[in-house]
Amino acid sequence: MHVHFLDPYHERPSPVHRLDARVKLALVVAFLLTAALAPAAAWPAYTLLLALVLAAEVLSELGVAFFLRRSLLAVPFVLAAAPVLFTTPGAPLLALPWGGAVSAAGLERFASVAVKSWISVQAAVLLAATTPFPDLLGALRAWRLPRLLVAIIGLMWRYLFVMVDEALRLMRAREARSSESGLPGLRSGGALTWRARVTGGMAGSLFLRSLERSDRIYMAMLARGYDGEIRSLPRPAPRPAEWGILAGGLLVLGSLLALSLILV
Amino acid sequence: MFLHVTMHIPDGFLSVPVSVVFWMLSIVVILAALARVNRDLGEREVPVMGVLAAAIFAGQMLNFTVAGGTSGHLLGAALAAILLGPWAAVLVMTSVVAVQALLFQDGGLVVLGANLFNMAVVGPFAAYGVYRLAQWLARGRRWGIFGGGFAAAWFSIEAAALGCALQLALSNTSPASLAVPAMAGIHALIGIGEGLITLGALSLVWAARRDLLAAGQTARAGNTVVWVGGLLLTLLLAALAPLASTHPDGLEWVAERAGFIEAAQSPAYTLIPDYVFPGISNEAAATILAGVVGALVVLSVTIFTARARRSRHSVTGD
Repeated sequence: MHVHFLDPYHERPSPVHRLDARVKLALVVAFLLTAALAPAAAWPAYTLLLALVLAAEVLSELGVAFFLRRSLLAVPFVLAAAPVLFTTPGAPLLALPWGGAVSAAGLERFASVAVKSWISVQAAVLLAATTPFPDLLGALRAWRLPRLLVAIIGLMWRYLFVMVDEALRLMRAREARSSESGLPGLRSGGALTWRARVTGGMAGSLFLRSLERSDRIYMAMLARGYDGEIRSLPRPAPRPAEWGILAGGLLVLGSLLALSLILV
Repeated sequence: MFLHVTMHIPDGFLSVPVSVVFWMLSIVVILAALARVNRDLGEREVPVMGVLAAAIFAGQMLNFTVAGGTSGHLLGAALAAILLGPWAAVLVMTSVVAVQALLFQDGGLVVLGANLFNMAVVGPFAAYGVYRLAQWLARGRRWGIFGGGFAAAWFSIEAAALGCALQLALSNTSPASLAVPAMAGIHALIGIGEGLITLGALSLVWAARRDLLAAGQTARAGNTVVWVGGLLLTLLLAALAPLASTHPDGLEWVAERAGFIEAAQSPAYTLIPDYVFPGISNEAAATILAGVVGALVVLSVTIFTARARRSRHSVTGD
């Protein structure tokens, strides 16, 4: 069993995939900042931002349905913002039987948070789905993230699949050892603390195995001439057209933000 | 799964000033951790930290049934802090949380600094502080490791949840009187699951590689500052949270002092209203009611996601 389903990257021959990862990362971060800075209830701005991200989704040839499905991931968290529905003072819009009331202002703020987060998640999904992770790491490095941190995250990504396979093997072994009885009155699975202890044992052995594996990996790296420096081929600079896309994108997002701040 | 739902804040939920402040705090700690771990481990740092981060990430998949379709699982900050020390745990958790946000949209990117602060800074340091305190109290007896491990795991979850609730309240997304009791209540339960798993993991390590735990018991002098600091951080959060929830004005005062309110009051933002749960005159009763409502909401989300996850599992036959 392998866990390549984990990798969110989806290969397609699209212009969004081909765009330089550094440019893509900068544009996505600018997009997220614009969405975060746009004031509450700036509906025209939200619509334009949604249009922008939808356009990129269509260009990516992955299908808008793919992004809509993935973007629902953050929906449960929206409930954390639900109290503002009731706590924002304003004209009551809908009285509830137990005395609370939804105010128009509250509804507006709640909807703003929900829409902003929905648009932002789509942009983040777009970045992850159209950029191979090594390219993304290269982009992070190009934007001056500490070298060591990028190296650690890169090695983590390399061994993530190995460790997840390891965890899946542990879980399969637990399932194989645990039988479930169909007889009524025969409870399977033991007490809660026992189940937690078994899981804890699995976590502990995963930890020990990974510690030992990191030793072997370090030896293997030493044998191949590792001296504390992770070296990779320098990436070609972004093409002039890509600089143009970056400048154009930033201009559009900047003016969108300015308009939303002035008009609302 | 429900940890992911309740603790990884997505984009859009925190105001920009709050995001920026927590980015700066996290960056300072992460840079210090990089320098510190690099000094201790040298060129071994990259493989050891990378593989252990992958293991913590994978370890978050390990779960056990609690009741009613919900399941407990591991965040791992406490386990990492106990076995590796707080600074290495900061790096491990930073890698995990950053990759979850970058690739799996578990938590947003603009608010990543805040999520890192809760799970990669507060979590490990709270755990380490509590663990060392237990060691110090136990004076080498066994319960210092196991009791301390359980308490460390519980406090790491609780402190991270309080951090999350305070950030939501500071951003005016969720009133403190509601977010704090709801987050604290639900994570008090989640923390027990985390504590039990951590306990199981520690007893396995105790049986298989006692040297790893023994190494943690002989602390160097410089570590005292760290664990006392972690303890103070936990106490600060524990004191600040109930204060903020019973006296929302207190938090507003803090926000005013820190300049958040001016930032939030620029024409772009709506004014911060005073929170009173409508229809109820007694403030304490309103707070409790708000807490109960919040806990019920979070609980229903939990059960819903657990169900959804379970049905997905049965579909894929995983």
